[in-house]
Amino acid sequence: MIGLSIRQMAGMLAAKECSIQELCGVYWDRCQAFNETTGALITTLTEFNPKELLQAQALLDQGQQPLAGIPLVHKDLFCTHGIKTTCASNMLADFVPPYDATVVSRLQQAGMVTLGKANMDEFAMGSSNEHSAFGPVANPWDEQRVPGGSSGGSAAAVAARMVPVATGTDTGGSIRQPAALCGITGIKPSYGRVSRHGMIAFASSLDQAGVMAASADDCGLVLSAMSGHDALDSTSAQQPPWQWQKPDSPDMRGLKVGVVRDWIDGLADDGIKQLTWAAIEQCQAQGAELLDVSLPHADLAVSAYYILAPAECSSNLSRFDGVRFGHQTAQASNLQELYCRSRSEGFGEEVQKRIMVGAWALSSGYYDAYYLKAQKVRRLISDDFKAAFEQVDLIAGPVSPEVAFKHGEKSTGVSMYQADQFTIPASLAGLPCLSMPIGHTQGLPVGLQLIGRYFDEQTILAVADQYQQQTNHHQQTPEAFA
Amino acid sequence: MSQQWEMVIGLEIHVRLDTDSKLFSGMKASYGASPNSQVSFLDAGLPGTLPVINQKALDYAIRFGLSVDADIPPFTVFARKNYFYPDLPKGYQISQMDDPIVGPGQVVIETEAGAKTIEITRAHLEEDAGKSIHDKYDQYSAIDLNRAGTPLIEVVSEPQMSNAKEAVAYMREIYTRVTHLGICDGNLQEGSFRCDANVSVRPVGQQTLGTRTEIKNLNSFRFIEKAINHEAKRQIKILEAGGQITQETRLYDAEQDQTRSMRSKENANDYRYFPDPDQLPIQITPEMIAAQRALLPEFPAAKIERYVGELGLKPDDAAIIAHDLRMAEFFEQSNQHSQAAADLNAKFLLGEFSALLNAQGVALAASQIDATAYAGLLDQMANGSVSRKVAKGVLDDMWDTGQAAADIIKEQGLGQISDASALTELVQQVIADNPDQVSSYRGGNDKMFNYFVGQIMKQTKGQANPVQTKQLLEEYLK
Amino acid sequence: MSINRTELEEIAALAQLNIPDQQVGHITESLNQLMAMIEHINDANTEAVAPMAHPNDAWQLVRADEVTDTSHKAALLALAAHADDDHYLVPKVIE
Repeated sequence: MIGLSIRQMAGMLAAKECSIQELCGVYWDRCQAFNETTGALITTLTEFNPKELLQAQALLDQGQQPLAGIPLVHKDLFCTHGIKTTCASNMLADFVPPYDATVVSRLQQAGMVTLGKANMDEFAMGSSNEHSAFGPVANPWDEQRVPGGSSGGSAAAVAARMVPVATGTDTGGSIRQPAALCGITGIKPSYGRVSRHGMIAFASSLDQAGVMAASADDCGLVLSAMSGHDALDSTSAQQPPWQWQKPDSPDMRGLKVGVVRDWIDGLADDGIKQLTWAAIEQCQAQGAELLDVSLPHADLAVSAYYILAPAECSSNLSRFDGVRFGHQTAQASNLQELYCRSRSEGFGEEVQKRIMVGAWALSSGYYDAYYLKAQKVRRLISDDFKAAFEQVDLIAGPVSPEVAFKHGEKSTGVSMYQADQFTIPASLAGLPCLSMPIGHTQGLPVGLQLIGRYFDEQTILAVADQYQQQTNHHQQTPEAFA
Repeated sequence: MSQQWEMVIGLEIHVRLDTDSKLFSGMKASYGASPNSQVSFLDAGLPGTLPVINQKALDYAIRFGLSVDADIPPFTVFARKNYFYPDLPKGYQISQMDDPIVGPGQVVIETEAGAKTIEITRAHLEEDAGKSIHDKYDQYSAIDLNRAGTPLIEVVSEPQMSNAKEAVAYMREIYTRVTHLGICDGNLQEGSFRCDANVSVRPVGQQTLGTRTEIKNLNSFRFIEKAINHEAKRQIKILEAGGQITQETRLYDAEQDQTRSMRSKENANDYRYFPDPDQLPIQITPEMIAAQRALLPEFPAAKIERYVGELGLKPDDAAIIAHDLRMAEFFEQSNQHSQAAADLNAKFLLGEFSALLNAQGVALAASQIDATAYAGLLDQMANGSVSRKVAKGVLDDMWDTGQAAADIIKEQGLGQISDASALTELVQQVIADNPDQVSSYRGGNDKMFNYFVGQIMKQTKGQANPVQTKQLLEEYLK
Repeated sequence: MSINRTELEEIAALAQLNIPDQQVGHITESLNQLMAMIEHINDANTEAVAPMAHPNDAWQLVRADEVTDTSHKAALLALAAHADDDHYLVPKVIE
C-alpha cells in the first residue's frame, strides 16, 4: 500500500480491498518504526481517534469521498483539541489546546485520520528543522542532513512514507524549501485561501497553511478540502469554494511559463542549475511556451522579510508570558521576573533573536526607516509580480540555492536566511506557489518552484500534475524507507 | 507667591459601548458575571485565535462621531499597542493609531464665561483590558478577564479646558451624548464611562505648555474635579518651590484626596504601534454613515428649546427633564397619552412623582407606574376630577396597588363634584340654611364668602370643584 | 545600524527577555549580522510607494453583534500554571 496515490488508496477503500483501520494501521506502524531515525514526529498517537474513524467510515459508506480514511499528520502548530500542540517549543511543551484549528476540523470533516503531530523549527522560525526543542529531524535521503524547515517534520514524514500526506505552513518558504530538500511536492496556497484560525501564528500577514504529499494531485485533493472562507479568520478570502481539477492530459500547449533567468543562471550549484533547466525544458517539450520575465526588486525580499516577519512575530509571541498557558518559570519573585524568565526559558535562541529584531524594528525612531520602508519594498515586489503575470501564466524557478546541507553546517548566521531568497518574494506578494521534485544531484533531491497568480492554485498544480504524468521523480523514495 | 497660574486640561474619555458581545469575540460582554466566566479563547489570548470585528461597535462609534460633528473617514484600521501586563492577555491591546474611526469634531460646553467650544481630536475603537484584583491575596494579584475585549471608544479632546469645572462640563456633555445616543449604559460605578485627565499648569500669559501628568481612571464627576484641582495644586507647589514636574501617570485616591505616581507605569513604554496584521482595513460606506445619521436622537439643547417654545414649560423644568434621558422619554410619552397641559405634567413629574421615586428609592426606569398610567392620572387632574393635592394620594395608591387612577378615584369616591346641577343644589341649600350670613355678606362683609365655600367643602368632604363652587356662589349670592 | 550592549538590554526589556551575561556578546553579534543584512532595504527607492500591510487587498468582513460563545472557565483556568478556583494568579502587582 506504500507509494500509492490518494486516489488509488481511496479506490481500494471503496472497493473494500482493505479497511480504513488496515490502511491507517500500515502507516501507523511506519510512524512507529521510523520516528526514531527521522525524528519527524513530536507526537505519535497511541490510538486512532474513534470519532475520526466513524466519520471516515460514514463518508466512505456514502461513496465518492476522496479523502475518507486517508491518514495524515499535522505540523505541530495546528491546534488539535485534546492533543498536545507544542510548536516545537519548551514554551508549549505541555500545551493541550481546547479547540481544533479550522484546517484540522475541515480535514476531519473530509474523513482524514490523524496519526500524529509533525516536528518543525520552533514557532516555524528556521530553514533546517534544527531549531526544535524536541530534537532535529533527519532528511530521509541522508540522515546526516537536514530536511529543511520549518515544516521539516512534515516533509521528512512524507518522504519516508510514514504518511501519504502532511499539513505544513509557509511564511517565507517553510513548505517549499523542505519539500524540495526531501523530494516531495508541497504547495503554499494564496494568502487567505486557507483559514489561519487555530494555527499558531508566526507572522500573521505571511503565514499560510498548505499541503505536503508525494504528488501534485494528492496536494490538490487535500488543499480543496482545507480551503475556503472561515468566519473565524478575518483575513481568509471571500472566494467561491475552489475545487482541484486534475488535468486529463499532459498537454501544456497554450501555457506561458515565465522564467527568471538570473535566478537560475546565478545558481552556484551546477547540478541544481542543470536540473532546473531540464525541468523547464520538459514543460516546453510538453507544449509550454517559455518567456523571460524579470522581478527587479526580488533581491530586496530577504531584507524586507527579516524586518516584517520578526516585527509581527515580536507582537504575536507576546501572549506567551507564562500566566494563562504555557511554560511558567519556577523562580520568580515578582511579575517582571515571571515574564522574563518564563519567556527566556520557554523560547529558544532563534525565536528570541527574531522577537528582539522585531521589537527593535517597531520601536520609536526605527519604525519609519525599517518597518514602513519594508512594507513599501513589499509593495514593489508585489507590483513586479503583477507586471510579470500580464505576460505569463506562471513563473518557474529554483526553490533553494542548495541541496540539503549537513546538520550543524550552518545552524546560525545569515547564510541560513539567504537560503530563502527564492521563496520569500512570492510569500511577500501572497501568491500561490509550490515545489515539486525534479531529480537528484549528489544523491539528494532538487525541487522546482512554480509561482501562480493570486488565487490561481489550479494552474500551478495542473502544470505540476502534467509534469508528473510524464516523469517519475515524485515517486522516488529513499532506499532506507522503502 | 504673586505668580498667577493657569491650568491646561485635556481628557481621554473611555466609553464602554453597550453591545451584547465583545469587540472581537462572540462572548457575552455584560458586567458583573462571576470571575473569568465570560472569557472566550480569544479573550484569554490563546494561540491561534483571531479577532473578528463586531459590526455594532463600528456603528456605535460612527453614531458618536456624527453626534459631535466629526469627520468619518472612508476606511479605518486597527493597530496593536504592545505592552506586557497581567490583565492584557495578548501582550498587546487592539486599538487604533493612524486611521481612527472618528476624526476631528467638537462640542460646546457652558462655562462661567459663557459658551465654549472644545475640540475633539479623534475617537477610536479599542478593546478593554481585564481586571487585576490586588486585595484578595497578600502575595498575588488575581486576574479576571471578563472585561477583556469589551468594546470601548476613547474620545480624545484637545487640551482646551482651563479649569476643573470646564473639564467636568465637558465630561458631562460627552456623557449626555453617549447616553442619549443609546450607545453606552452610562453606569459610572461599573466603569462604563471613565476618563484619564492630562493636567499641566503654566504661568498666565505663557504660550508653551507645561509638563503634564496623566491621572488615570477617574469614574465620577465629583472625583475628576477634585483630582484635577489637587493635581494642579501639587504641580504649582513644586514649580513655586523651584522644582520640575515629572511626566508620569498618577492615580487618584479618592479616600485620601490625593494623587500618587503609578509604579506599574514607571517606565514610559514604547508601545510599538503597528497595523494589526490579523485584520484588513474596514470600509465605512456612505450607507453605514447614513444609517447611523438617521438614528441620531434629539439632544438636550434642542429638547429644551422645543419644550419651552412648543410645550410652554418653564426653562428650568425643561432643562432638568431634557438632560435626563429616561425622564425626557417618560415625559414625552405621558404627554402624548394625556390631555393635560405639558406644564402641569412637568411640574407634577418633577414634584410629586420624583418625590415618590425618591421615597421608594427607585429609578424612573424601574418605576412601577408607567408613562401611560401616569398620563391617566394627569387627565384626572386636567378634567377637574381630582385636585393636585388629592392626586398625590392617588399616585401613592397607584404605586401600591397597580390600579389605574380613574379606578382608584371611583372606588374611593375621591372625584371632585363638578356636576353643575348637583353643585347648584348644594349652593342653594347652603344659602337657604344661613340667612344671617347671607345678609351679612350682602351688607358688604366680603370675608363672609369664604364661610360659604367652607360650608360646601365640609359637606362634600373637600370634593367640590373649587372653581365651579366659587362661580356658583358668586352667582347666587348677588 | 548596529547595536551595543546597552541597546541590546533595552530591546530585551521591551521584549521581556532575559539575556544571561555570558550570552550578551554572542547575541549582540548575531543580531548585528542580521541588522546588516536588513540594511539592504535602504537600496530601494520607495518614494511615492504606498506601504503594503497585507497581500489580501480586500476589506475586512464584519460580524453581527451576537453572543455565540459560552463560558470556558474551567478549561481556561486548567491551562494556567497558577490559578485559584476563579482567577489567574500572578506575583503581586503594585499599581
